[in-house]
Amino acid sequence: MSDTFILNGKETPFEKGQVILEAARNGGIEIPTLCYLRGASPTGACRICLVEVTGARSLMAACSTPVAAGMEVFTETGRVHQARKLNVELLLSSGKHDCMVCEASGNCRLQDLAYFYKITDLRFEKNEEIYPAETENPFIVRDFSRCILCGRCVQACNEVVVNRAISLGYRGAKSKVCTGGDQPYMDSICVFCGQCVEVCPVGALTEKKAVSLGRPWETQKIRTTCPYCGVGCQQLLHVKDGRIVKVTAVENAQPNEGRLCVKGRFAYDFIYSEDRLKTPLIRQENGDFREASWDEALDLVADKFKGIIEQYGPDALAGVSCARSINEDSYQMQKLFRSVIGTNNIDHCART
Amino acid sequence: MTNSFADFKNAKMILVIGSNMTEAHPVAATFVKDAVLSGAQLIVVDPRRTDLVDFASLHVPINVGSDVAFINGVMNVLINENLYDKAYVESCTTGFDELKQKVMEYPPERAAEISGVSPDAIRELARRLASVKPAMLMYTLGITEHTCGVNNVMSCANLQMLLGNVGFECGGVNPLRGQNNVQGACDMGALPNVFPGYQRVDNAEAREKFMKAWNVPSLPDKPGLMMPTMMEGLTTGKIKAFYVFGENLANTEPDIHHVEHCLESAEFLVCQDIFPTETTRFAHVILPAAAWSENDGTFTSSERRVNRVRTASLPPGDAKPNWWIFKELAKRMGHEWASNSAQEIWDNELSVLAPSMAGIKYSRLEEDGIQWPAPSLDHPGTPTLHKNGRFTGGLGVLKALDWTPPAEVPDQEFPLTLSTGRRLYHYHTRTQTGRSQGINDLLGEETADLSAADAREKGISDGERISVKSRRGEVVVKARITNQVPKGLVWMAFHFREGCANWLTNPVYDPITQTAEYKACAVRIDKLG
Repeated sequence: MSDTFILNGKETPFEKGQVILEAARNGGIEIPTLCYLRGASPTGACRICLVEVTGARSLMAACSTPVAAGMEVFTETGRVHQARKLNVELLLSSGKHDCMVCEASGNCRLQDLAYFYKITDLRFEKNEEIYPAETENPFIVRDFSRCILCGRCVQACNEVVVNRAISLGYRGAKSKVCTGGDQPYMDSICVFCGQCVEVCPVGALTEKKAVSLGRPWETQKIRTTCPYCGVGCQQLLHVKDGRIVKVTAVENAQPNEGRLCVKGRFAYDFIYSEDRLKTPLIRQENGDFREASWDEALDLVADKFKGIIEQYGPDALAGVSCARSINEDSYQMQKLFRSVIGTNNIDHCART
Repeated sequence: MTNSFADFKNAKMILVIGSNMTEAHPVAATFVKDAVLSGAQLIVVDPRRTDLVDFASLHVPINVGSDVAFINGVMNVLINENLYDKAYVESCTTGFDELKQKVMEYPPERAAEISGVSPDAIRELARRLASVKPAMLMYTLGITEHTCGVNNVMSCANLQMLLGNVGFECGGVNPLRGQNNVQGACDMGALPNVFPGYQRVDNAEAREKFMKAWNVPSLPDKPGLMMPTMMEGLTTGKIKAFYVFGENLANTEPDIHHVEHCLESAEFLVCQDIFPTETTRFAHVILPAAAWSENDGTFTSSERRVNRVRTASLPPGDAKPNWWIFKELAKRMGHEWASNSAQEIWDNELSVLAPSMAGIKYSRLEEDGIQWPAPSLDHPGTPTLHKNGRFTGGLGVLKALDWTPPAEVPDQEFPLTLSTGRRLYHYHTRTQTGRSQGINDLLGEETADLSAADAREKGISDGERISVKSRRGEVVVKARITNQVPKGLVWMAFHFREGCANWLTNPVYDPITQTAEYKACAVRIDKLG
C-alpha cells in the first residue's frame, strides 16, 4: 500500500521508508546526486541532492530524508539551484578537476553538473593536492586529487560486495579514503573486485589498463556474459576499433546486479595475447608442428577418423567438449560424435 | 541449482558446505554476505577456515571426506528431536523409513568421531538449521570431488528434503558450478548418456526423434564412455582417436604423470583450442579456435539461466568459431548441416529438440536471459525447481547412505591429507588469467598452505620452499603458513604447472560419475635437503 506526497505540486505515491530521491525517481523526477548508491545506506555526503521541503528550516538532502505522507517537496526552485551550484563549485575547488586529461571525462557526474550549472571559472581558492596518486597495483589508479569524498566506494566495498577493505580516514581537510593502516591496495586486504571503480562518480578511481585507450563516447558498449565461473555475471564490454578496452558490470542485471570480481573485470585481455593459436598445425615426423591450411587440416582429421571408424568401429573414437565455450559449440560436437561418427563417447569435465 | 542467485541476499538461513565461495564464486559470495548484513544466519561447514567464516555464526570444520557421516549425524538429531518437517516428508518424499533406519546408525557421537567435530557441534547445527524456514544450502566441489561424491550430493538433498526446504524461494539444493558453461555443456548433451535436454540415448523414442532431425538412418543406443575411461582406453588401444576441445587435461586431471602417458598413447589426438597448452604438445593436429567475445552464442549459468554472449572483436589469424569447425568436419565426412550461425543452431535445432528449452529463442535473450525449464514461448522461465515440494520426477527420493572414507587416507609414510581447489586470482590452468595483464602480479606462484602446527613440527617457516610428495609424484613449492588450514591438512591449487597439485592427486573416481577424488589424498611434506 502506498501513500502520497506532493512533488513539485503534483500528488505522487511513495512506499513507506522511501527517501525523497527514490520516491521522486519513481515519480519521474531525477534529482542530481553524487553520493547516493542504491542498496547502501545513505550518507548524505555530497549535498548535491538538496531539495526544498515546506516547513523545513533548511534545504534537505533528498538521498537521506524519508518521505512522509503529505510532505511538500520542490526539487527545482531557485534556492535549490543556487545551493547545488555552490556545492558543485566547492567540490570543483577541492581538487584537481582537469577534465582534459582525466580518464573519467565523459563519464563524470561532477563534470555533468559543472556543465549543467554553467560553471566557467572557479570562485574559490583551489585546494593544493595533499595525497599523491597511488598507481602501484596492476588494475586500479587511485587519484586522490580527484576524489570528492562522496563515500560511494566505501559504501560499495562495505555494504555491497562486503570486502571491507576501505573506509574514510583522517579528519576535515585531511580526509581520505583509506585501507586498513592507509596502505596501498596491494598491501591491504583489497581483492581487486573493482567495485569501487565501478561506483566512483568522478575520476578518482579508474581502470589502469584502460588509460588513454578510448573515451566513453568513442567506445561501443556490448553486453555479454563473463567467461570465468558459473555465476554468469553480465558484463559491458567497452570496445574501440574492435578491441575491448575496459569491462564494467551491467547495472541492475540478473544475476550480478552491477557487481563483478577481479577476473570478470580485469582478466579480459588474454584474447589479445600473442600466444594465440592463429593457424591449424600438423605434427610432422620429427615431432615439430608445421602450419597448415584449414582444408589440409580438416581433410586430414576427417580421413583419419574415417579410417579408424572403418578399421576399428566408431567406438574407437572419443571426444571431450569444452565447458568454457558456448552452448552451440557443445551441441555441434555431440552431434558430430553421435550422428556422423556414430558413437556416444562424448563427455566433458561436467562433474569436476 | 534448484534456486536462483537472486535468492541469496534474501535468504534467512544459509548453509554453505564444501564451497570456498569468496574465491571460486566471488560475486555469489557478495550476496551471501549481504544476507548476513541483513540479519541472516550463515553456517559454514568446511575443513578450512575460508573467508566466509568471518561472516558465519557457526563454522563446523569437519574432516576432509566425512560429509556423509556428518550429515547423517545431523539428520539423526533432526529425527530424534522431532525437528524435521513431517508433513513435507510424508507428502513430498519417499524412502523416509530406510533413511531413518540408516541415520539411526549415526548418532552424533559416531558422526563426531568420523568428522572430527564435537557431538555438540552437530546437535547445535541441526537445531539452528531447523529453527529457520526455509534454509538455503549451497555446495561446490568440496562435496562432489570425492569417491563418494554422488553420496555426498544425495546427502545434501536428503537433508534439505528432510527439513522441507526444497521447492521454495531461498531454499533448495544449490551447487555452484565451477565453469561458465559447464551447465550448458551438460544441457547440450556433451555427456555419454544423453542427447541435448537430457533425453536418454538408450530411449528408442528419443533416438527416433534425433535421427529424424539429424537426417541419419541410425544413432548409437549404448551410453558412451566417460572421460577417465576414454583416457584409460588410450593406453589399452581401445580408443584410437581422441578429440580434445578446449580442455587442458595434462594439468587438470589427477596424476599428471599418468595423464601424460595416456595422451602420449593416443594413435591420433586432435586438440582444438585458443592457446598452445600442456595438452596440445601431444596433439597430431591442432585446430585454432575463436575465443570468448569473438563469436555470438550463449552460456548457461549455474542457475540454469541461458545468457547471451556477444562478439566484440575478431578471432586472430585463421582461428574459426568452434561450431564452424565441427560443421566443416561433418561435411568432410559426408554430412551437410544446415545451421550456419550459433543463433541458427539454437533457434532451429536445439530449442526445437530439447523440450525444457523449447521456449528459449535468441529473440527472448536480449536482456536477463531465461532460466530453463521454459517449455513454451510464453513461459517466463523457472527460478525455483520442484515448486512447493512437487518434484519434477514425482516424489523426492530420500536415500539411505553409508559413509565411506577417501580411497587414500594418511598413514605413517604419507601422514597428511592433501585437498585442492581454486584460488581467487587465477582460473584453472591459467591459460586465460595467466595471459591477462596484471593477474600474475597478484598471484605469481603456487603455494602449499599449511597449519602452523604442521610447519612447526617440520621446522618449516613461511615462504620456505618445501617438498610435497604423494605416491604419484613430488612438487617443490613455497610453504604458506595460514590459520585457514587445520593441522593434518595441506591445501594446494592447480593453477601453475610447476607446483600443480595434480602431480600429487589420486586418480580414483566416484563409481557413478567418475569424478576424481581431488579433495583427498595422502601426502608428506619435507624441508628441502
